[in-house]
Amino acid sequence: MAELTYRDAVARGIAQEMTRDPDVIFFGEDVAKAGGVFKTTVGLYEQFGGKRVRDCPISEQAILGAAMGAAMTGLKPIAEIMFSDFFAVCFDYIANEFGKSRYMSNGQLKCPLVVRTANGAGSRFGAQHSQSVENWAMMIPGLKVVAPSTPRDVIGLLAAAVRDPDPVIFFEHKSLYPTKGEVPDGEIIDTLGTARIVRPGNDATIVALALMVPRALDAAAKLKAEHSIDCEVVDVRSLVPLDTQTILGSVGRTHRLFTVEENPRLCGWGAEIVSIVADEAFYDLDGPPVRITTPHIPLPAADILEDIALPTVDRIVDRVRRSLTS
Amino acid sequence: MAKTPARASDGGINDDIGEERRLTMYRMQVEIREAEQRAFDLFLQNLVKGTSHLSLGQEAVATGFAAAMKPGDLSFCTYRGHAHTLARGVPIEKVLGELMQRDNGLMRGKGGSMHLTSAEHGVMGSYAIIGAHLPIACGAALRAQYKGDSDVTVCFFGDGTTNIGAFHEALNFAAVWKLPVIFVCENNLYMEYTPIGEVTAVESPAAGRASAYGLEPILIDGQDADAVFRAARTAYDKARAGLGPSLIECLTYRYSGHSRADPAKYRPEGELEKWKERDPIKIYRERLRQFGVGEDVIAQIEADVMRRVNEATEKCKAAPPPPLDILTTDVYADGGFAWRN
Repeated sequence: MAELTYRDAVARGIAQEMTRDPDVIFFGEDVAKAGGVFKTTVGLYEQFGGKRVRDCPISEQAILGAAMGAAMTGLKPIAEIMFSDFFAVCFDYIANEFGKSRYMSNGQLKCPLVVRTANGAGSRFGAQHSQSVENWAMMIPGLKVVAPSTPRDVIGLLAAAVRDPDPVIFFEHKSLYPTKGEVPDGEIIDTLGTARIVRPGNDATIVALALMVPRALDAAAKLKAEHSIDCEVVDVRSLVPLDTQTILGSVGRTHRLFTVEENPRLCGWGAEIVSIVADEAFYDLDGPPVRITTPHIPLPAADILEDIALPTVDRIVDRVRRSLTS
Repeated sequence: MAKTPARASDGGINDDIGEERRLTMYRMQVEIREAEQRAFDLFLQNLVKGTSHLSLGQEAVATGFAAAMKPGDLSFCTYRGHAHTLARGVPIEKVLGELMQRDNGLMRGKGGSMHLTSAEHGVMGSYAIIGAHLPIACGAALRAQYKGDSDVTVCFFGDGTTNIGAFHEALNFAAVWKLPVIFVCENNLYMEYTPIGEVTAVESPAAGRASAYGLEPILIDGQDADAVFRAARTAYDKARAGLGPSLIECLTYRYSGHSRADPAKYRPEGELEKWKERDPIKIYRERLRQFGVGEDVIAQIEADVMRRVNEATEKCKAAPPPPLDILTTDVYADGGFAWRN
């Protein structure tokens, strides 16, 4: 067991899979010799060489297209898109190609690849380098979508994504890169499509993803200490496949549902979860489900503005408290 | 511009191309022509649904390249991909069945005319988003390079594709990494409805840009299957030798509109007729005659193709539509479409 940053967990996860399987290759912009603009891939080029760890031109379409062609024909590529906002310039592959080739070809083609990307706000980068775009990927049939919140999950879910036979979009959170967590020694392999109850509780279920998980945990601690409200926190981890059973089971015990989403409000993943709970667990609920989200705005650059845009610990506390005490 | 003329005079039929390959190329051009003409007729009978983009007039390009391929070589095609699919030996019935949305189609009706795929023949898909498949072809070539496989990937596209960003990204990518991939631009003079010259900064939309990627500009007669074959063979040899990609522009012409919805009213008067004088099948039939191939041999090839097209048509007409339960199959690798537990 060792303490590792979320940032270093990325390189360890990639290295674990590249060591295991010679068909795993990794490429993206500035990922090899420079070790990545977020320093998430330091050392991989030195360890695995330029044939397996490659620097690409600023050509996001070529990067994702090449990953797809390599995946279709027998490799297990990991491609990096530096900022998830850049999905918009290569969205054809995400929306039209990866998830459709198997279906359109009636099962003749496969697409076992992983696209890693730095998602989310907190770095004061403004509206085009800070977005949470996991719902862009979630809405597309044929994709799997993962967003870890801890260093251990980075390694385990990345390993699961690389070994998965389907295209997986892997959202790392920029603001989690410096965070630390305990990571066991040796190989770590997790399971896609599994949520995790990261704090048990009886009074309300808070469902969160990525950076919102530590905030939900902080909020839960505060709610307990200051308001004697005992919240269960569920880390979704995997949007597709979605572990609805863990969420429904939790709501069945607590009878209250809150989602904490960094994405702008419309069509956020929480809306899908609320809709599932409304359909399937309506009579378990003691009150209306509540979505706590970023407002439906582009993100500002200024720290004081960005800080109030995202769901904060205090906003989560306030929203849960008002719902449960009204 | 490098030219690869192919005249009938040098060396007789048993030259570097040879009689057997020439008869195969003639048969294939006739097959593509007749199968596509049949697809059009079936469309008029409302038996081919959706859209279809025909290569009538462009048969020599798909044929010449297919003749230069080896088993295991991979093809990436566009929505105008019937010709390239047939040229790899995919049965006519499988193609027509897909166009007719029958259960015997290549993808059982799940893909349609614009997405013909036959992995067992090396046809790794037909792509209906302009330019999308050029980077994908790079990836297939990257795999070959990485694993030391000897196969070469070819990627066909139209002149209109040269103006989309993915073209530029893919060409640069392939050149920088010296990938074993061949990019084939079929310049049929129209991007869709608009003449390519009106919207392109250089006269030759592909060859005129080759130097930007450090590649030799190659502009060939796309109506002559021998010229296409020779250019293709050179490019395959180069790729297999590890010398990187090629970009080949084939001058050609499509007789039909862009898609079934397009009557092609935008053509200048006489243009179609002028190109039909250089019809690839007419050119090739003449060449075979000059080489002394008997009329009976030529007629036999044509009759054989017609018989096979007719048989395929009847099989497709008799084939059932796909079963409804395939609606939700093969979304994910487990065979289903489950996104939740």
